[in-house]
Amino acid sequence: MSESLTRHHIKLREDSLEKETTTLNLGPTHPATHGVFQNILEIDGERVLEATPTIGYIHRAFEKIAERRPLYQITPLTDRLNYCSSPINNMGWHMTVEKLLGLKMPKRVDYLRVIIMELSRIADHLVCNSVIGVDTGALTGFVYVFQYRERIYEIFEEVCGSRLTTNIGRIGGLERNFTPAAWEKLDAFLRDFPAALREFETLLNRNRIFMERTIGAGPIDAERALNYSFTGPNLRAAGVDYDVRVQQPYSSYQDFDFDIPVGTTGDAYDRYQVRDMEMWESVKIIRQALEKLKDLDPSVYHADAPEFYLPPKTDVYTKMEALIWHFKIVMGETEIPPGEVYHSVEGANGELGFYLISDGGRSPYRLHFRRPCFIYYQAFPEMIKGGLLSDAIIAMSSLNLIAGELDA
Amino acid sequence: MALTNEHIKERLQQQFGEQVSEWEEHYGLLTFKAPAEMNLKVMQFLYDDEELRFRFLTDLTGIHYPNRASEELCVVYHLHNMIDNIRLRMKIYVPVSKPDVFTATQLYAGANWMERETYDFFGIQFIGHPNLKRILNVDEMDYFPMRKEYPLEDSTRIDKDDEMFGRGEL
Repeated sequence: MSESLTRHHIKLREDSLEKETTTLNLGPTHPATHGVFQNILEIDGERVLEATPTIGYIHRAFEKIAERRPLYQITPLTDRLNYCSSPINNMGWHMTVEKLLGLKMPKRVDYLRVIIMELSRIADHLVCNSVIGVDTGALTGFVYVFQYRERIYEIFEEVCGSRLTTNIGRIGGLERNFTPAAWEKLDAFLRDFPAALREFETLLNRNRIFMERTIGAGPIDAERALNYSFTGPNLRAAGVDYDVRVQQPYSSYQDFDFDIPVGTTGDAYDRYQVRDMEMWESVKIIRQALEKLKDLDPSVYHADAPEFYLPPKTDVYTKMEALIWHFKIVMGETEIPPGEVYHSVEGANGELGFYLISDGGRSPYRLHFRRPCFIYYQAFPEMIKGGLLSDAIIAMSSLNLIAGELDA
Repeated sequence: MALTNEHIKERLQQQFGEQVSEWEEHYGLLTFKAPAEMNLKVMQFLYDDEELRFRFLTDLTGIHYPNRASEELCVVYHLHNMIDNIRLRMKIYVPVSKPDVFTATQLYAGANWMERETYDFFGIQFIGHPNLKRILNVDEMDYFPMRKEYPLEDSTRIDKDDEMFGRGEL
């Protein structure tokens, strides 16, 4: 690296006022960055000497807004963090509140949540991996797997009514049970998806061009990754087997048997591989969850906590208690205990943490989101230094940066 | 033997005595307060100690308590020992009139942006930070928006002129 950094391609006259490097403004809107990211690059020929990322283009002050909202109205804010896998954010938030309130979920709710979270993990990883393909010049796989992302969204649609920003579930469970159509779609997805993923793998995994482009692009070693507080697939690609689902199991993840794939070099190819393997693990987890659900009462989909869980609308119009609880919850009159809670879930990008401080009022006193994207993006300049400009693009897409999560 | 909260507390009290205080355990997460000028020393100790090994900075953020006289601003560190899988929360308090805190960037490269964010929203000055400027807000902003003196608009206010939003009478 040092040699390439000192070798300058442009030779200037001694008295020239020009500089030997070129400043390139990559972004904020650039077709290769998939989101609002700006990087001011200092390049020498094709080599990147320095990068200065500027972020905050879609900052929406969620933490401030949350200080004025009742707890259940914060769920739609979390949708808009990592919008490729909103259900994980929604449920992470619900579990944080449940931890604060001391609610315990029935096993069936846990398993249903696991199914939804793993589906969204697949959707997220599909987007990331196929986009790495696009950035290396392989558009086919992207178009192909997006059909399966669409089918995951159809399942979400059956479960909660919306697709991208899902607002799925409620504090205290899910807002409705899975419909027969949802189960059918889930079964069909589990039947068709493995073959499609295998076919997608044949397009890229051992593809000469893809390997040449991604191996060695944007590497980071385990020690630096830990020092930079990396989590999720990007940390695991560097060889550290840290996964919140295993280390601090939530939503009954301890009942499931799955592997944590790890890489060795932490480059774009390893990140791709880790995400790829994780999709297989997610399929495995969903299958196990379906098995486990067979023994459980199929009518349970929320905890018995009327003071926090919104009653069904039909009850609100016909039953006095339901009306009272509904009014209290909607007006934010429920008793929230004061306390501090940190809860984290394994988001598609890493450890998504919620640090909630309640002073007993209707909204949080302070809510902080630990957004994995925001934390690992700061290593980006170090990862691309000395590499080619085209590697920087690959490094960025393989990190799976989501602007919504980055800027909160 | 796995590391326990009691043992961590004991070790820290052994090392720093009365200087570490306000021990709490919220939902199993050990929390304590350290003096503002000691934050690096405590973190270095937690990092270096062969038994404690808190070498992962999970999160760093600020809180504003306008009613706590001369310790209005709080910086919260969430540390993680990945080997024994145990978390720890450290808080330090500084007065809003002189919000100086030593930077943790030498210990954790990841603290860089987290501290910039905390500066951006709370105005906490991280001494020794390599590049302490606003990160999510515009550079021209001349206040720190997450402080409690900037409340969000009351959603029930009725004095708003609807005409400005295209809803009023013409």
